[in-house]
Amino acid sequence: MRVPLRWLSEYVDLTVDPKELARRLTVAGAEVGEIITSGTWDNIVVGHVEKVEKHPDADRLVLATVSTGTETHRVVCGAPNVKAGQNIAYAEIGARLIDGHTGEPTKLKKSKIRGVESEGMICSEKELGISDEHTGILVLPDNATVGQLIRDVIGDTIFDIEVTANRPDLLSILGVAREVAALTGQKWRDPPLEYPESKSPAKKFIKVEIMDPDLCPRYIASIVENVTVGESPPWMQERLIAAGMRPINNVVDITNYVMLELGQPLHAFDYDKVRGKKIIVRRAEPGEKLRLLTEDEDRTLSPDMLLICDAEGATAVAGVMGGGDSEVSPQTKTILLEAANFNGPSVRRAAQVLKIRTDASTRFEKGLSRDLPAMGTARAMKLLVELCGGKAAEGHVDVYPRKAKEQRVTLTMERLARVLGLDLPTSQVRTVLTSLGFTCRWVPPAHFIVRVPYWRTDVSIADDVIEEVARIIGYDQLPTSMLRGAIPAWIPQPLTELRERVRNVMADAGMQEVITYSMTDLESLAKVLPREELAINKPLRIANPLSRQFEYARTTLRHNLLQTLAANIGGTQNLIELFEAARIYIPREDDLPHEVETLTGVLSGRHPDRWGQPTGPEADFYDAKSRLEFLFTDRRVQTDYRDANDFAYLPGRTAEVFVRDTRIGIVGQVHPRVATGFDINRDVVMFEVDLEALLPHVPEGVEYKPISPYPPVEQDLAIIVDADVPAARAIEIIKGSPLVAAVRTFDVYTGDPIPAGKKSLAFAITYQSPKDTLTDADVAKQRTKILERLKRDLNAELRT
Amino acid sequence: MTTQSDTVSALESDALKALQSAKDNDALEAWRLEYLGRKGRLTQLLRGLTDLPIEERRTVGSASNELKTRLEAAHEARREEIDQARLEHVISSERLDVTLPGPPLPRGRLHPVTQTLRDMLGAFGAMGFQTSEGPEVEWDYYNFEALRIPQDHPARDMWDTLWIDYEKDGKRPMLLRTHTSPNQVRVMEKRDPPIRIVVPGKCYRFEATDATHEWMLTQVEGLAVDEGISMTDLKGTLAEFARRMFGRDRQVAFRCSYFPFVEPGMEISIDCFICRGAGCRTCHQSGWIEILGAGMVHPEILTNMGYDAECYTGFAFGVGVERIALLRYGVDDIRHFYANDLRFLRQF
Repeated sequence: MRVPLRWLSEYVDLTVDPKELARRLTVAGAEVGEIITSGTWDNIVVGHVEKVEKHPDADRLVLATVSTGTETHRVVCGAPNVKAGQNIAYAEIGARLIDGHTGEPTKLKKSKIRGVESEGMICSEKELGISDEHTGILVLPDNATVGQLIRDVIGDTIFDIEVTANRPDLLSILGVAREVAALTGQKWRDPPLEYPESKSPAKKFIKVEIMDPDLCPRYIASIVENVTVGESPPWMQERLIAAGMRPINNVVDITNYVMLELGQPLHAFDYDKVRGKKIIVRRAEPGEKLRLLTEDEDRTLSPDMLLICDAEGATAVAGVMGGGDSEVSPQTKTILLEAANFNGPSVRRAAQVLKIRTDASTRFEKGLSRDLPAMGTARAMKLLVELCGGKAAEGHVDVYPRKAKEQRVTLTMERLARVLGLDLPTSQVRTVLTSLGFTCRWVPPAHFIVRVPYWRTDVSIADDVIEEVARIIGYDQLPTSMLRGAIPAWIPQPLTELRERVRNVMADAGMQEVITYSMTDLESLAKVLPREELAINKPLRIANPLSRQFEYARTTLRHNLLQTLAANIGGTQNLIELFEAARIYIPREDDLPHEVETLTGVLSGRHPDRWGQPTGPEADFYDAKSRLEFLFTDRRVQTDYRDANDFAYLPGRTAEVFVRDTRIGIVGQVHPRVATGFDINRDVVMFEVDLEALLPHVPEGVEYKPISPYPPVEQDLAIIVDADVPAARAIEIIKGSPLVAAVRTFDVYTGDPIPAGKKSLAFAITYQSPKDTLTDADVAKQRTKILERLKRDLNAELRT
Repeated sequence: MTTQSDTVSALESDALKALQSAKDNDALEAWRLEYLGRKGRLTQLLRGLTDLPIEERRTVGSASNELKTRLEAAHEARREEIDQARLEHVISSERLDVTLPGPPLPRGRLHPVTQTLRDMLGAFGAMGFQTSEGPEVEWDYYNFEALRIPQDHPARDMWDTLWIDYEKDGKRPMLLRTHTSPNQVRVMEKRDPPIRIVVPGKCYRFEATDATHEWMLTQVEGLAVDEGISMTDLKGTLAEFARRMFGRDRQVAFRCSYFPFVEPGMEISIDCFICRGAGCRTCHQSGWIEILGAGMVHPEILTNMGYDAECYTGFAFGVGVERIALLRYGVDDIRHFYANDLRFLRQF
C-alpha cells in the first residue's frame, strides 16, 4: 500500500518527521518497506508544449517546442503521447535523472539525436524515479504553473507499507491515519460525507436481489444521474498516481480514490447498460461464461464463484473484476454505484481460479467490515456530485441480509498480565485502546468490556486486544525474563542422534558433507534406479513444480551425489569424497511417504602422495568399504559383506552390507554406464546405508570385558584356497576356535608359485585364554583343528 | 709373573687405543666383542690363568677384574661421546625444513547449514529446548488448518506452497511443508504441558530463487507451553538466542507482526553487526536485520489441542537457518549453500 504523506496529512496532522513516523508504524505492525521521496528534481520544471513537429530524420521521434515561461527549447522526444498544449516535466541540461533503459542514475548531457540537438528532455515517470512507467511521458495537470520546479507540483514522500493479511483496514489512507494518530498522540479526521440528494428515490431506478447471502452479506446500490464523464481534477490524478494507480476518467477515478481513501472497493456501472434495471447477486451456473473487462475471450466460470448479474446475465465476478458490457464510457449519463461486502474466502478462490488479483480482490479476501459499504457509498456519491456534475438519487438500495454484530470483548487485567508478563495501569490500557477507536467500559473489580470499532475485523478475542495495547506501547517497552518452569522430561531421539553421529564420523573419515535438493526429475532417477523399481516405488510428483528439474520427490540420493561429484571434478585427478545424510521419500498408498534417513557417499580420484599430489592409487572398492567400516567400528556394529548385483553398481565389485540377516546398505564401484550418465569418465565408488535399518543393530552402550591377565600368543597361518573363496569365510572358521581372540588378514597373493585358480591367504592369529597361560602344545592343537576345518569346509591347504 | 702383568697392561693400552678409533656404535660393539665379549681377549686372558700357580693367579686375576671394570667404564664413556657427537651432527647437519608440510591427512567438514543448525539447537538446548523432528511431506491439516490458516485464507500467501499430486475427495491434502510449525501440533497432540521443543528440518516454498530466496530451506521452529509463560519470557529467550549466535553485545528489537497461529505476534531483529546500526547494504540501510518471527501461541490452538488455554500459555518462533548462516558467515548469495561447490563448502 503506497501512502503519499501529503494525502495522509488530510486526515491526521503529521507531527514527527517521516523517518521517525515510518519507524513507529513499523514497530507497531505496519511495516514501512520503503520510503520513497519523489526526487529533489533540481533543474526540472513544468514546461508547456507549444508545438510538436516531425523529426526530419526519424519516424518515431518528434521535435517538441517547450516553453518554461521565460525561454523556449527544442526537445527531441520519442514518446507517443506527447502533444501540443500539455504541461510536462522538462529537464534542463545537467539535471539528474534515471536512465529510462538501464534504470541507473545519470546526468542529462547535451546530445544530438539523429542529427538534431536536444535542448533538454521531456521526462517519463521512470526517468523521474516515480515508477517504472516508460512508455510515455508524464503529463502534468493543466493548472500547474509553467516554469515552477516540479517538486513543488508533484513532490511528495510516499510510504510503501507492507500490510499483513489480518489488517485490511490498513489498505486505506484513512486506516493508516488512524494508526498514525494513535502512535503520535493526535486525532484523525474522517473525510466529509454529506451531499445533496434529488427527489427521485434510488429504489425507483434499480432492484437488488441477493440469492446467496452467505457470499454477499450486503449490497448497496446507488444512482447518480446527469454525470459528465471526463478527466478527473488534477489533485485527484496526482494522488492516484502517487498511490500507484493510473487515472482513467472521473467516474472510475472516484471509485478508485474512495477505495484507496477508505478501503472499500466500489464499482461503477453505466446504468443504461444494466438490463432489466435489476442487480442479481448469485453463484455462477455450471459452464457459465463471462468476458472480463481486460480480456478478449470469454472465461468459463465455476459454480463457487459469486457473480453480479443484471436481468439477462452476468456482468461481473463479485469483488474481482467487471465485465466489459456495463463499463462506464464517455457517453455514460447515469451511474449505478455498487458498494458491497463479499465473503473473503470466496473472492480469494475466484481470483485464484481466474488468475486475476485486483486491488478490490486483495481487499475483499482479507474480510472487510460490513459497515464500510455505507461510508464508501456516501463518500463516492459526494465526489460524483461535486466532480462529475451528477445528481444523486434519494437514498440507496441497501440489501443487508447478514447484519454485522458489534464486537465486544471482555478483557481481564489478569489475562493481560498473564500474556504480557507485567501489570499495566488500567488508565494506560484505556488510553491506548481509545486512541485506536476502541471504547472501553470498566467493570469493577478487574475487567474491561471493550467495543471493537467496525473497521477492525481482525479483533475478536482478549488476546487480540492485548496485542493492540502491547504494540502501541511498543514491544520494546516490555521487560525480558527467562523461562522459569520445569524443564520437560528428556525424550530420546535415537534416529536423529544416530544421523548426527554418522555426519560427524563421515567428516572425521575425511569426507565432505553436502546438502542437495530433495526434489528431482525422473530422468535423473532413471539413471540410477532400474525401471522396475521406479514402477513399484513410483516417486511422489509435485503438482505445481517450480521447474521440471524439481518435479519428483527423490527415492534415492545416488543421483544427487553423482551430480555433485561431476560438478566438482573440474578436470583434476584429486580425490573427492562426498557424503550426504538426508531423507528419501518412499511412497505409501493413501498416506504420507515413508521418509527414510539415508547415508550415501561417493569417492573418486587418486589418493594424494606425501606432497598432496594426486599420484597415488585410484580410490577403489576397498576405500569405500573402509569408510563404512570406520563408521561401523565407531558404532560397534558387526557387519558382513555379500556379493551383490545392483543396477547402479559393477558386478563383482559390489557388496551388500548385512547386520546378521538385515540388509542395511550397499557398497561398490559405480557401474561405468551409470557414471557416464553423469558425464563422469573415471572410476567412482559409492556406498549407501539405510540408517533406519541400521538403528536397531547399534548397541546402546559399551559392555566392559575384563582384560585377560594371561599372555597372548600370535602365530601366522597361510593357506591356499580356490580363488573365489571369500576371505571372510576362512576368518569365520578361524574365529570359531575357542582360544582365538583375534584374526587379521595380512596378505592375499596369487601367482607363482601358487597354482592357477588358487590364491594364498595369510592370517595373523592371536590365541589367548582367559583362564591360563597357553602352552605351545595348546596352540599347536588349536592350529591343527583350525586347519582341519579349513580343509574340510574350504578345501584349504596349508601353505608351507 | 711379570710377563702376565705386562700382558694385562699391554691389553689395556691396546684396548684403550682401539676404543679411541671406534667412531660409531657398530665399531663400538665390535670393540666390545673383541675385548669384553665371551670370546674376547680379556676372557682369554682370564682363561690362561688356570695354568698359573695359585698365588699368581690371584694377583693377575684381581688385576684383570679391575681392568675389566676400567674397560667397561671407558666403553660407556666412549659410547656417550659417540652419541653426543651423533646428536651434534644431527642438530648441525641434518636440520629439517620445518616449513614443509606434513603428509596430507584429509579432514572432512560438515555443511555450513549443518554447523549453523547445530549451533542454533545448542543455544536453545542450553535453555532446555529438546529437538523433535517431523515429516517433510505433510498434510494440509498440520501445515495450515490446525495452525488457523484454513483454505482460502489470505495468510496462505505468506507460504507459497508446493503441492503433492495426490487428490482425495476433490482436494489436494498433501504438500511439502512450508515451515516446521506443523510439528508443534503433532507434539501437542501427543504430549501434555510443559513442552519445550525445537523442530529443525527442511521446508519448501513455491518461490523463485534469487540471492536471498531459496525454494528449499531449513527452519528451526520452537515451542514452549506451560503455566505462567508470558511475552517477557519470549523476549528473554530469543534475545538470549540472538546473543549466543551473534555475540553478547548484540541489540535485539521486537516489533509487531502477524502470523495466524500466534497472538500477539512479532518479528525480531538484531542490530546490524556490519554497520552497527548506521545503515549499510546488509541491513538495507535500516540498521536492523530481521532474523525471526514469533509470538504467543494462539489460545484457540491450545484449546484445540485439549489444553486449558485459561491456565496454559506459550510461545512459538520460527527462524531460518540459511538466513542465520548468511549473516554469520557474511555469505552474499543464499544459492551457494545448495550449489555444493567444494570451493565454497571447504571454507567452513
